[in-house]
Amino acid sequence: MRKILLIGNPNVGKSAVFSRLTGARVTIANYPGTTVEFTQGFLRLGDEKAAVVDVPGTYSLHPTSKAEEVAVEMLKSGNLVINVIDATNLERNLYLSLQLLERDIPVIVVLNIWDDAKHKGIDIDVKKLEQLLGVPVVPTCALTGEGIHELIVRLQEVKSISYPARSDMQRWQEVGRIVEQVQKIHHKHHSLLENLADLSIKPLTGLPIAAIVIYISFQIIRKVGEGLISYVFEPLFDNLWLPLMAKFSLFLGTHGFLHDILIGRLINGEIDFGQSFGLLTTGLFVPFAMVLPYIFSFYLVLGLLEDFGYLPRLAVLVDNIMHHLGLHGYAIIPMILGLGCNVPGALATRLLEGRREKFIAATLMAIAVPCMAQIAMIVGLVGERGGQFVAIIFIVLALLWFTLGMIFHHILRGESPALTLEIPPYRMPQILSTVKKLRMRTEAFLISAVPYVLLGILIINILYTLKIIDFLATVFSPVLSGFWGLPSEVISALLVGFLRKDVAIGMLGPLNLTTKQLVISSTILAIYFPCVATFIILVKELGVKDMLKSALVMLFVALFVGALLNLILPAYL
Amino acid sequence: MVLDLTQLKPGEKGIVVEIQGGAGFIRRMQCMGIREGKRVSKISAQFLRGPQIIRIDNSQIAIGFGMAKRVLVEVFKD
Repeated sequence: MRKILLIGNPNVGKSAVFSRLTGARVTIANYPGTTVEFTQGFLRLGDEKAAVVDVPGTYSLHPTSKAEEVAVEMLKSGNLVINVIDATNLERNLYLSLQLLERDIPVIVVLNIWDDAKHKGIDIDVKKLEQLLGVPVVPTCALTGEGIHELIVRLQEVKSISYPARSDMQRWQEVGRIVEQVQKIHHKHHSLLENLADLSIKPLTGLPIAAIVIYISFQIIRKVGEGLISYVFEPLFDNLWLPLMAKFSLFLGTHGFLHDILIGRLINGEIDFGQSFGLLTTGLFVPFAMVLPYIFSFYLVLGLLEDFGYLPRLAVLVDNIMHHLGLHGYAIIPMILGLGCNVPGALATRLLEGRREKFIAATLMAIAVPCMAQIAMIVGLVGERGGQFVAIIFIVLALLWFTLGMIFHHILRGESPALTLEIPPYRMPQILSTVKKLRMRTEAFLISAVPYVLLGILIINILYTLKIIDFLATVFSPVLSGFWGLPSEVISALLVGFLRKDVAIGMLGPLNLTTKQLVISSTILAIYFPCVATFIILVKELGVKDMLKSALVMLFVALFVGALLNLILPAYL
Repeated sequence: MVLDLTQLKPGEKGIVVEIQGGAGFIRRMQCMGIREGKRVSKISAQFLRGPQIIRIDNSQIAIGFGMAKRVLVEVFKD
């Protein structure tokens, strides 16, 4: 099967072209480095089926950085290159094009973001560019799909050409010569978006704008999440599912092994979705009625911010702070993604250059950035006792994030590398593609969460029945009650926490904890270990040795912070 | 007048005359569009020796303070 590679500078729309060509589902956003992994999809060309690979962005083919090495390596296995270039940045993009042409592989050039180029008063003579490069050039706007059909048609005519090899200097001269002949720029006045872009990067206006953006995002996430819970999901469960389950409970005889697994324990003779812990009651209520609404509202807001292009600006504004933690501003991206789910957050640590940075970022994220599923459960469970207690948990985590980062920066040898980042222009989010991304992420949550939640509940029910929980509770009781002041039953939540953090928090519900105990155990559950899905990714990204160190830090911090909170939080909480 | 990028004030423009550093650094700057002969304009500078934001052609680039110090420009007025 022929292999087609999509290669180009970061943030030129390779993933958007990829998704148009293959129909495959990939995340598309307006910031450099959205794609950190190769994604493969398939395209039908007449009778032939071809593999298409979305390669992470690279500025050149000099094997000087990891991303570039990987791109060079990929080139060896490809049969054809679709070189995606940003029509609004022809000159810089053409450098990579020339490097690609010099290699012995057929190339077709895609002039993406063509619509924006027109708005910006940039005229490119496509015919002339084709002549000068000697390969087909197709203007496209991948977000709307314009030009993709022509691209597919013209893929057939792509041939290998011989192109003179050049030195760095000669290549830039040739780029200059080409640009001079094909591009005309008509001066246009700054648009509203461009003015807003400038304001949000100047510190005097940018910092207040950042505060407003974060505040509004937070409010939308909260209001939409709460709204969906109280007006959609809780009524659905209470009015439709509960009567059904009540009948089923009677049918099963209100107790017994099968009843306990499917329906759970009855609380005062009734099913309680929060506390019964059966597969069909709590097992469905937790992912659908407690977590899903917040996943939806979080990814709605994140998707809009990503597509608009706000995140790189935030990265620049927080660069100073991040340097105190041994990181640079762009490390805010894995943290923000981690708030949704730690798995993409862990993958995004690839945006960072060195081993030291990856270690710091991954460890800080795993310890102090709870995922939205966990946050939703904390808000649901601890929030019942009062908002101030939820606040305590998040303040502790935020302080930990800063302190640990500063400690790492201090004791780990090396320094935080400087930021170099291309800041994309603001773009109005395309509603269709934003909705598609939201759907993709929500579905990904359901597909990965629901089975694990059910598995967790199943395992815990079995362990209870086999008295293994009682045994572990006795073994770990010195730490649990001695250090943390928690009843030893909390061990069951810590056990399930390896699998899924949301159910783990949920398991604290039926334990009749005091508010102080609830705050401590929720905080420990956030810190002590990432869920297994994140753990696997972190082992891959950091290597076994660094991940081992990271895990030790997590356990130690959990022990310490739990004990400290037990000491300083007043008992009447 | 030759200044480095950190000395250029927001709103000022210049032509890159020299990039001080090894081949790797120069290449990295070139790939972001910063190379000798290019016109740059300064957009802003973050507080406390933070990243410097410049515009070259159609792209905005943030580069660290230390790196910006090593890019020299001849200031011009239009």
